[in-house]
Amino acid sequence: MTTQPIVQFKNVKKSFGDLEVLKGFDLDIKPGEKVSIIGPSGSGKTTIIRMLMTLEKPTEGDILVNGENLWHMKTSGKQVDANEKHLSKIRGNIGMVFQHFNLFPHMTILRNCTEAPIQVLGLGKKEAEQRAIEMLQKVGLADKINNYPFQLSGGQKQRVAIARALVMQPKVMLFDEVTSALDPELVGEVLQVIKDLAEHSDMSMILITHEMDFAREISDRVVFFADGYLVEQGPPEELFLQPKSDRLKNFLQRFSRV
Amino acid sequence: MEIFDWSYAAEVFPLIFRAMFVTLGITLAAFAVALIVGLLLTLLRRSKFKPLAWITYAFIEFVRGTPVLVQLFFVYFAWPMVPVVGFEMSAMTAGIATLGIHYSTYLSEIYRSGIEAVDQGQWEASRALNFNKTKTWTKIILPQAIPPIIPMLGNYLIVLFKETPLLMAISVNEMLLTARNLGSQVFSFVEVYTIVGLLFLLLSYPSSLLVGFAERRMNNRYMRKDKKVKKENVIS
Repeated sequence: MTTQPIVQFKNVKKSFGDLEVLKGFDLDIKPGEKVSIIGPSGSGKTTIIRMLMTLEKPTEGDILVNGENLWHMKTSGKQVDANEKHLSKIRGNIGMVFQHFNLFPHMTILRNCTEAPIQVLGLGKKEAEQRAIEMLQKVGLADKINNYPFQLSGGQKQRVAIARALVMQPKVMLFDEVTSALDPELVGEVLQVIKDLAEHSDMSMILITHEMDFAREISDRVVFFADGYLVEQGPPEELFLQPKSDRLKNFLQRFSRV
Repeated sequence: MEIFDWSYAAEVFPLIFRAMFVTLGITLAAFAVALIVGLLLTLLRRSKFKPLAWITYAFIEFVRGTPVLVQLFFVYFAWPMVPVVGFEMSAMTAGIATLGIHYSTYLSEIYRSGIEAVDQGQWEASRALNFNKTKTWTKIILPQAIPPIIPMLGNYLIVLFKETPLLMAISVNEMLLTARNLGSQVFSFVEVYTIVGLLFLLLSYPSSLLVGFAERRMNNRYMRKDKKVKKENVIS
């Protein structure tokens, strides 16, 4: 029996001007699967999830969410570019946490987490707040609901950002190098939150990360990208302990040296 | 004969003072027009439909590149003669509309700077949370873009206020025209123009202090922590 993948990338390519960042790759994500994407910087990792979040448009290829084409739609039998309505409908399945948190600085922590449920999902204020507080408890910040983002540390901000995305109850959650902008001593608290989430939630998760130990610990599968290609993928043990390609061997070596 | 006749000044002061409220009314109405049209111009200029963006850009440059007085004459005297779209307006309406639209082109530049100062990540977070376009603007972007530019908007309010005497050219009875009419009855202009000048100063100086205060407050918004850190760095 095969379950339908929640996300499918089919021969997806992406260029920025003359620079081809992604040179065509296929990747399926199963429902509930936790997938880490690793690779040297500039290998287009972030672009992959940005295309899924509809922040970048692929140059070629298709991205399917729940079997539905994200960037294209059919009108009277012809395939055309997706309009905003179509994108918005599918985008509702996906949530994202950013490297630089991108909290709304003019709103309290609570409102950061309730604004979208109220404005986008049409929830009542009470219900939205209930949901938000529940999520903020999950990330250990229920006591900060009346603070503003500038009053929090980087690690706390990132945990709020995670709660904010969770409140929308996405089926797929994207993490874009969420610890890269943090002071080293704050990385742990954020990784712990994500780890708990990975263990206790049936959401699919795609993580772009440079934290190899973390990727190894929480992922069902690790995917290695380099030079715009999907070079190698597999269960974390296999990928980290018995890398097949020289490119990956090189990459991992460089990491263990640091 | 004395240069400044105090009793005459006391006699005309209430009349000029009354005209000051006309000036204030014009200022506020024109500024309201400028605030709304200015934002509209900013948004149109960002339109993805390029011809619309270009037309808006051309309009802004045209309005900014021609004197207000010429625009005032055109709107009041020439516009009614333009076929199809032209219509007649009272001097007051024409004055408010012209000043408002003229200043909207300056305000649109300020709005633009405010909007561009909002971090790109705010747009991306809004998209990721599936806010639609209108809500992204009204709930996320503008609430961050506008507070920092309030002092600059305030400066333009003061400049606009000081430009209202131009409206005497199309015979709107604001302060300066009132003063001139009074002065020409007795051929003594020192008192009336002094009063006008003082009334302008009386209003614009406190306003500029207020703008300065607003500026300092805005600089501290959401940044109290960062600012402290910066100061510490300077010390160490």
